[in-house]
Amino acid sequence: MANMQQFCTFFLQEQFFGVPVQQVQEVILYQEMTRVPLTPAVIRGLINLRGQIVMAVDLRRRFAMEERPESQLPMNVVVRTDDGAVSLLVDAIGDVLEVDEESFERPPETVQGTARELVRGVYKLRERLLLVLDTERAVAGEDSNVHCCQPA
Amino acid sequence: MSDSDDIVKEFLVESYENLDRLDRDLIALEKDPGNREMLASVFRTIHTIKGTCGFLAFNQLEAVAHVGESLLSRLRDGLLTLNAEITTALLAMVDAVRQMLGSIDATGNEGERNDQELIAGLTRLLQATAETKPVPGSAPAEAKPNDVVRPVPNVGDILIQRGAAQVSEVREAAEQQGAGDLRHIGEILVDQGAVKPQDVLEALKLQQQARGGQSGGASDSTIRVDVAHLDRMMNQMGELVLLRNQIVQFTNASEDTGLLAASQRLNLLTTELQEGVMKTRMQPIGNIWSKFPRTVRDVALGCGKRVRIEMEGQETELDKTIIEAIKDPLTHLVRNSVDHGIESPAARTAAGKNPEGRLFLRAFHEGGQVNIEIIDDGAGLDHAKIRHRALQKGMIAADQAARMTEREITNLIWLPGFSTAEKVTNVSGRGVGMDVVKTNIEKIGGTVDLQSKPGQGSTVRMKIPLTLAIIPALIVTTAGDRYAIPQVSLLELVRLEGEQACQGIELVNGAPVHRLRGRLLPLVYLNRELKVAGPAQAVAGIAQRRELAASGESGENKVLESQIANIVVLQADDRQFGLVVDEINDTEEIVVKPLSKQLKSIHTFAGATIMGDGRVALILDVLGLAQRANVVNEVRDRAVTDHDGKPASAASDGNQRNAVLLFQGGEHGRMAVDLALVARLEEFPRDSIETAGGHEVVQYRGQIMPLVRVSEVLEGGRRKTEEAGPESLHVVVYADQGRSVGLVVDRILDIVEESFVMQPHSGRKGVVGSAVIQKRVTDILDVPGLIAAAEGSPLAAGTSA
Repeated sequence: MANMQQFCTFFLQEQFFGVPVQQVQEVILYQEMTRVPLTPAVIRGLINLRGQIVMAVDLRRRFAMEERPESQLPMNVVVRTDDGAVSLLVDAIGDVLEVDEESFERPPETVQGTARELVRGVYKLRERLLLVLDTERAVAGEDSNVHCCQPA
Repeated sequence: MSDSDDIVKEFLVESYENLDRLDRDLIALEKDPGNREMLASVFRTIHTIKGTCGFLAFNQLEAVAHVGESLLSRLRDGLLTLNAEITTALLAMVDAVRQMLGSIDATGNEGERNDQELIAGLTRLLQATAETKPVPGSAPAEAKPNDVVRPVPNVGDILIQRGAAQVSEVREAAEQQGAGDLRHIGEILVDQGAVKPQDVLEALKLQQQARGGQSGGASDSTIRVDVAHLDRMMNQMGELVLLRNQIVQFTNASEDTGLLAASQRLNLLTTELQEGVMKTRMQPIGNIWSKFPRTVRDVALGCGKRVRIEMEGQETELDKTIIEAIKDPLTHLVRNSVDHGIESPAARTAAGKNPEGRLFLRAFHEGGQVNIEIIDDGAGLDHAKIRHRALQKGMIAADQAARMTEREITNLIWLPGFSTAEKVTNVSGRGVGMDVVKTNIEKIGGTVDLQSKPGQGSTVRMKIPLTLAIIPALIVTTAGDRYAIPQVSLLELVRLEGEQACQGIELVNGAPVHRLRGRLLPLVYLNRELKVAGPAQAVAGIAQRRELAASGESGENKVLESQIANIVVLQADDRQFGLVVDEINDTEEIVVKPLSKQLKSIHTFAGATIMGDGRVALILDVLGLAQRANVVNEVRDRAVTDHDGKPASAASDGNQRNAVLLFQGGEHGRMAVDLALVARLEEFPRDSIETAGGHEVVQYRGQIMPLVRVSEVLEGGRRKTEEAGPESLHVVVYADQGRSVGLVVDRILDIVEESFVMQPHSGRKGVVGSAVIQKRVTDILDVPGLIAAAEGSPLAAGTSA
């Protein structure tokens, strides 16, 4: 039996991402956020998760993609990290997929910059590619590509 | 296996307590060597420790304890008298035992040790008696006449009672003891296989309990609780408080009386429960203080000094986490006082003081905080030495050093790496102490301050919040977001409306200030500090106001009316400042939730909380905010009074302290005017200056205000051309009897409050005299004279300012 791994998947712009299910605490709808001044724009704010205060990281900003349109509200993928729970803001949620380890490949050399740091590799699925997010890095601090200070 | 683990654990916990008690008792005994009761108590304690060690096969521990016990036995029997040497040796034994216990705790065994020297030392003291008597093998068997009220049963008897041993076996063992066997009854029985170690342990415990009435107190009405358990309860309590806030908010919107009543009860109950849970974690500060007599004794002996320690307020309670946090800082301060503060007996006698120094520890609740004071009657701080040392280390520049006030020099000691000790001793002098003390205290939200009187002593004052988790806070809004400000830092709220809002905020060297009952309060605009844009600020940019003022349009009044400034007066360290926010909301009790690591590094926020409506709000770190906004440097608030509200004794010549405004006027250097006469400080663009009747004037607040160029009057000539002048003029608006006059100066330097002696000049126009202010020669201006000289006749007579 081939080595199977389960991934919780989501969309960012047109791209399809996934994180291992064990890392995911829960997936919830858009929650109101309180912004934190003096932090990089990547940190959208804090959300109240049943009494727990969780930091929300906007993955679009993390990948330096263009901003989500105003009317589109992000979804929350709450992941477990060393420093507690962190929420990743994504465009839409996909299914939980089981993928074959065999189809895994490291990102090609042509992938540059932020994407390279944040993507551990790619699963070649039948219809599309599943990019595996490096959760710890996605959530971690300083990144030179990200502009500092919250937008007005 | 787990059984014996439990036994060992219990043994450790009880032994630690016993050792602490030994420390205290030995020190007390040193002062009262003949106290038989205490001697007996000390003996029993070490005996118990030794006994248990034996069973658990901690042989090294037992060996050390054994010698100590023998020594104590001699003392108890009056064959030896306790002196400093013996006490020191016994305390060393206690330390060794403690170390071994620590090792057992960590690794399960006593660790690699060589206690030969210690044992030899103790043995030597033991043998320093004329006669030697065989040490009684089983002390508990003897009943002392003036000792316990009821007879304490022997281990042997207890064992028999519980059916663990046979009468015959015990008798045999007792006989063996009598024949010179130095082991305990219990030991003998175990060795013979007649009894299980477990049973003997329990018998010993029962014995201890039987004696318990005298030593240690009512242990039945207390219960041991795991601290982790209390922490969990505390967290749950926090959640409950948040929920309570939410429910109260929802029910307040309801009309249902039943619901409202229940919600009220829930509210009260939660508050009571919260207080109750907090109390469980409260411990009296005496718990840490009890170790200090020993610390003081050891340090004093080490430095050859004599110090007496006194304590007041040991029962003052603090949350356990806070006690843990201040333990080390307090220890360091105590050691410091003895090592550096208190002089040697010879020096003290020469100074006319009691050769024995006094260290006074005081704790009390006040204003929602715990105050801890450490007062010594030593030599106080040597300011000259501190200044010199700081210069040496390059911590301050030479000219800074010359200008520093006593208070500033005192505060140098909090800098990292600072120490005036000539030698680095074991005790202190490495210069890592005081700044760590300050950091640790500030980390838990407290403040620490040192005051000293040369020759008389020093006082360290600490203020610490009662609890960290649930605090009352003021909620404010800026730029659409809510922020919580811990009430402990809050002094007062000031609301300026309309005219007041405009006039109330002035500029000193570019920094906004507000005059609060005569003192200048530096202002910090929260939206600017947080770099968040907000809706057009009510009293927004100073530039905006200036434009309004300069234009003098009638529309100005309408705008002015709608302007509101909300100023929250806060205290950070010993400085005050005003935080300008958009709105002030309620005061609430909030639960402090920590921020994630990434966010913690922003020193402006102390944590976050969940409001009644479920949304997250950030808690401001007042000290962090103040530091970030540089309020501690910009407009310096030279504190006039010390904590007691009495005027500081800095001025030695007893002159009146005057508040003056210092500025630079032309090439003439420094000048000053009495601050009381200064109405405002303004800046006008060069092209707002007009001419009327040959004099320079400017439109100001709907009036025509004459300008006097200070430098010109003093130098006696007109300045050449306007081109030479700067883009905008600094003007000191002087008001007297309803008339305003603007004094044009080159640069406003500072506002100081100092006492100085003025030397009058008769010749110079416009100058009353000179004085040394801030160590520089400064001209004190005669403003009325200046005005008269410049204009010949007063302008705009009769119009009010």
